[in-house]
Amino acid sequence: MWQALRSELHPKGLEIVTVALDVDPEAPRQWIERAHPEHPSLLDSAHLVDELFGMVNVPNAVWIDEEGIIVRPAEPAAPSRPADEPRRSRELPPDTPEYLREVMAEARKIRLDSGAYTAALRDWVDNGAESRFALSPDEVIRRSGVRGSAEATAAAEFELGHYLWQHGRQELAPPHWREAHRLQPQNWTYKRQAWVLANPLQGPTDLYDSDWLTDTRKVGAENYYPPLEL
Amino acid sequence: MILTTQEIELTALAARTGWAIKPEGACRGEVCVPLPAGAVNHGSVNARALSDRLGMPIVRDAATGIECMGPAALGRALNSTEAAELVLPDLAKDGREFRLSSLRGQKVLLVAWASW
Repeated sequence: MWQALRSELHPKGLEIVTVALDVDPEAPRQWIERAHPEHPSLLDSAHLVDELFGMVNVPNAVWIDEEGIIVRPAEPAAPSRPADEPRRSRELPPDTPEYLREVMAEARKIRLDSGAYTAALRDWVDNGAESRFALSPDEVIRRSGVRGSAEATAAAEFELGHYLWQHGRQELAPPHWREAHRLQPQNWTYKRQAWVLANPLQGPTDLYDSDWLTDTRKVGAENYYPPLEL
Repeated sequence: MILTTQEIELTALAARTGWAIKPEGACRGEVCVPLPAGAVNHGSVNARALSDRLGMPIVRDAATGIECMGPAALGRALNSTEAAELVLPDLAKDGREFRLSSLRGQKVLLVAWASW
């Protein structure tokens, strides 16, 4: 997904680093093998970037300058698609499960202005600190999202659940992940990760209080990503 | 971070959280928070003292007794604009360890995605 933009901007001094938030490494590994990325393609099974960079959904991205200073905090980010890329068909096979049909219908309402985002990124690569899209330190911190006791505890609960999952106590993880969801409902990576391990469609299960469709409808699919504030 | 001991080695703390213990207290970027006397001993810091001062919540799994300490709750997700170190396997290079700090001198777009 990012390789084309990487080819364009790497000669101008930008590196792209993708971080897969996947407890199970096999799924991202297959995507990465197909994409042949030239950029680092990391696996972050414990969702460390949520804690360290304030990521709360995917795709989310952060800009870091040459000195290692964050100049834009986590926000929804996608590369604009090349004009010649074929559009994917909206026709679903007849045996598509009803839940998935509803997910697809809801997902089509999600908005992410990849064109404006990509233009801003190009501007920063060309103009560096002079770019109007490179934010002041105060603004970066202000926009980085709230972290009070609830959000910090959610991170601890998610990590504890992940640790138990990875150490042969998978049955002990869901209560901790449920607690993470309750404490930080705006964090979609904690929710979707837990849901998908219980149900590949991220649909309802006995383990969790909600599911993708229910929570997306609750906030409204058009608010799934906060509006880009470039 | 998972707490395997109540006395966290300073090197482990810095590697996982970016917080460094200095004479003035626990520091991350421009932020320094004083620690109580006696909190730091022989290259380690007491987890409870750190938790109290930085608002790092400690949660516990009842069945196993395993504890985990969350990030500082100082109001915002970022306390400093200094990018944290990130050390993760690079799946495009057979899982070889990659350090985000190895890219100093270049601009970086750090993108979170997932297969799900």
